[in-house]
Amino acid sequence: MDLKTRLKNVSVIGAAGKMGSGIALLAAQELAFQALENPGEEFILNLIDVNDSSLLGLQKYIKDQCRKTAEKQVPRLRILYASREDLVDNGDMVDEFVHEVLSHIRMGKTLELAKDSLTVFEAALEREDLKFELFSSLERICPKEAFFLTNTSSIPLEVIAKATGVEGRIIGYHFYNPPAIQKLVELITPKVCRDDLVSFSKELAKRLSKKIVPANDVAGFIGNGHFMRDGLHAISQVEKLAAEHGFVQSVYMLDKVSRDYLMRPMGIFQLIDYVGVDVFQCILKVMDKYLPGQGLHSALVDRLMAMGVKGGQTSSGAQKDGFLKYEKNRPAGVFDVEKGEYVPFTQFSGQADAALGEHPTPGMDWKGLQRDPQKDSKIAAHFTACAASSTLGASLALQYARASKQAGELLVNSGVAADRNDVNSVLMLGFFHLYGPINDMV
Amino acid sequence: MKKLRRDVFIAAGAYTVSLGTGRREFNPRKPRPGLEEYIIEAGQASLAQISNPELIDEGVIANFMAARFNRQGNLAGFMPIIHPSLEFKPMVRVEGACGSGGLGVATGIKSVLAETADAVLVVGVEVQNTVKAVYGADILATAGYHAGERKEGHTYFFPNKFSMRAGAYYEKYGKEKARKGMATWYKNAVDNARLNPLAQEHHNQAADLMALGMTPPDGRFFTDHLNLFDCSKVSDGAASLIVCSEEGYKKLGLTRADVVQVVGLGQAEANLTTPPPVLTELTTSRVASQNAMKMAGLALSDIDVFEVHDCFTITGLLAVEMLGIAQPGEGADVVASGATTLTGAYPMNTGGGLVGYGHPVGASGVRMAVDVWKQLTGKAGAFQVPKPVQHGLFLSMGGDDKTVVSAVLKK
Repeated sequence: MDLKTRLKNVSVIGAAGKMGSGIALLAAQELAFQALENPGEEFILNLIDVNDSSLLGLQKYIKDQCRKTAEKQVPRLRILYASREDLVDNGDMVDEFVHEVLSHIRMGKTLELAKDSLTVFEAALEREDLKFELFSSLERICPKEAFFLTNTSSIPLEVIAKATGVEGRIIGYHFYNPPAIQKLVELITPKVCRDDLVSFSKELAKRLSKKIVPANDVAGFIGNGHFMRDGLHAISQVEKLAAEHGFVQSVYMLDKVSRDYLMRPMGIFQLIDYVGVDVFQCILKVMDKYLPGQGLHSALVDRLMAMGVKGGQTSSGAQKDGFLKYEKNRPAGVFDVEKGEYVPFTQFSGQADAALGEHPTPGMDWKGLQRDPQKDSKIAAHFTACAASSTLGASLALQYARASKQAGELLVNSGVAADRNDVNSVLMLGFFHLYGPINDMV
Repeated sequence: MKKLRRDVFIAAGAYTVSLGTGRREFNPRKPRPGLEEYIIEAGQASLAQISNPELIDEGVIANFMAARFNRQGNLAGFMPIIHPSLEFKPMVRVEGACGSGGLGVATGIKSVLAETADAVLVVGVEVQNTVKAVYGADILATAGYHAGERKEGHTYFFPNKFSMRAGAYYEKYGKEKARKGMATWYKNAVDNARLNPLAQEHHNQAADLMALGMTPPDGRFFTDHLNLFDCSKVSDGAASLIVCSEEGYKKLGLTRADVVQVVGLGQAEANLTTPPPVLTELTTSRVASQNAMKMAGLALSDIDVFEVHDCFTITGLLAVEMLGIAQPGEGADVVASGATTLTGAYPMNTGGGLVGYGHPVGASGVRMAVDVWKQLTGKAGAFQVPKPVQHGLFLSMGGDDKTVVSAVLKK
């Protein structure tokens, strides 16, 4: 079955969620382009989620976002609409494309909508029991030749496949947030997987302008395999530093070091909050279950969750408080686990900054380096400067970078990633790091 | 018309900042001034230079496409917001695409010649940053032949028209030297804009302008033969001046030193529905500028300062050839030699021109006349050309060399 036939009826499960809505948008746009390239043929996209209000929000999201896509793709649209004499101006074609995208969409709350789908994207919550339930139902509802592309970021595919009867027809298709923008798709091929599903997955990625990085079917895969260990390193460092500097200042310091000293777009605790403390905990649980004895657990994260500190975003995209407190989406305080309240940066940042000492390469940051053609040499010089510096900040940075490198090497050595390039690609594309964790600088 | 039947003068020039990307105060997410604010700012700046605003007899407002950029028509009705005394006086709006401003000046001149007025306030305005570039391209494309050309045309219709001219020029005369000439034009434009606090590129601090100008064009992202630096930007702004008779400027409390005389006027229109006869020539512009020079009875060597319509850098090169400063194919060399800089033999677009000052479409022709007026009256400030200046020429062009007004002004 060719790609076009597979796309004639597509479903997205969990379509109104953070990842699902992005996947829904990509699918909707792709189906519209397929329809334009194959006049007279029908393409249907079923968007399935559990409640009406989020589906209404999804409709607006797709409408707004596909307009932006169309605005950027007018040259392509001018060719596709060449024979439509009623469409003359750029604006005519943008409007028509938005209409085209929406016209393929069917929305609903029941899985039965997916009954004719040959391709099913799954982006429900990252809970094993839920995935088992969904795939068992989908196996029953969908045609026997349907392919299942799951966005799971941690659960081994083999486990899902065996529990639900979709073995051979399921593959890990892990988009990064936000799916419409992030170029990376982590492709997790379980041991039993049809060849035509692998080739379909790769062909589809090309159509969606995504870059595939292959990962093996080991809980957490590459992305979370690294991110969880990176987060746990930060948490263990906080616990060590807390004796001298207190918990709040230690969280602040590790967040700052991981952002400003490692030249990352966000500090580690801001990133955990962005992903969601709840999601972080879910993924840790899955990994700990399938990779026991590796210390993939955090009492602190469990404690925060028990206190209702969850992070994540509101439906409008604003950052919710987690490890950190946010004002206008910027970190402004740290949660004190003992007192159960946020302490504003202003109360302690001076003291914490002084404890970290002077930044070894003042003025250098992620934003400034992003488009700098000399960024590689500048970053290498920065790590050399860190090694020559005796400040606490520089020492934490080096320890952090080494732990990050170790986490990456573990993924290669344990066969999760084929080689260091794949690990580095995931971190650079999926996490916007400026350099890969497996490098010769540390 | 061999000679103007009455002495006509230009006075009290003014223009606003050209607002758009590049200006520090420009924030696409924040509210910005609209048509009214620009019209008031420019118009009042002209009226502030005369003794009594009540002495204005008529008004002209030049604008291309407020009907679509701002959903506003009947613009003549905006003139009385400049000053209450303009209410109930004759006002007219003129449109000739990017040449609207030139038409506005010409219309003011004709009112004075017709002796219906001794002082005409001419305002040009455009506020374009109201729509995204991809929709702005549709609006600007109406300067071409919509029914005949738009469907087959490029996403960025006008940049592509001039990209085709650039491509023809590369093929005929050599790409390398053409690109070098075009990059020099860009550099000169920004250099001059840095001296003009109102220019859109005034805040441009790029170290190597030639390198930017030499960026290879890439048709996958924009057009085949032009890069983004070859283009004037999307701009909001207004310009204003007063066209008057001798009796008029005296009444307004001005002296001969404050005004410049219109000694030559050339106006030409080409058929909008047919392609340009030669892609590497500005045929219509040549007719208009030659008529202006002929009426003035001057030779090229008599003109000390020029304002030409450089909607794109290639248009600047073609303008140099159209004026006769260079032979066909040698415009690129002349520009690359530095002849068109402030200290060159042919100072051109001294306040930045369309590439450097910006291109608020309907305002551009008026702004050009104002910059020549500034040079001839010694009011150009930091971008005043160092040599003594007696005569200046401006040429305002609409569409792909379709609607053209040129005038020679005398100190």
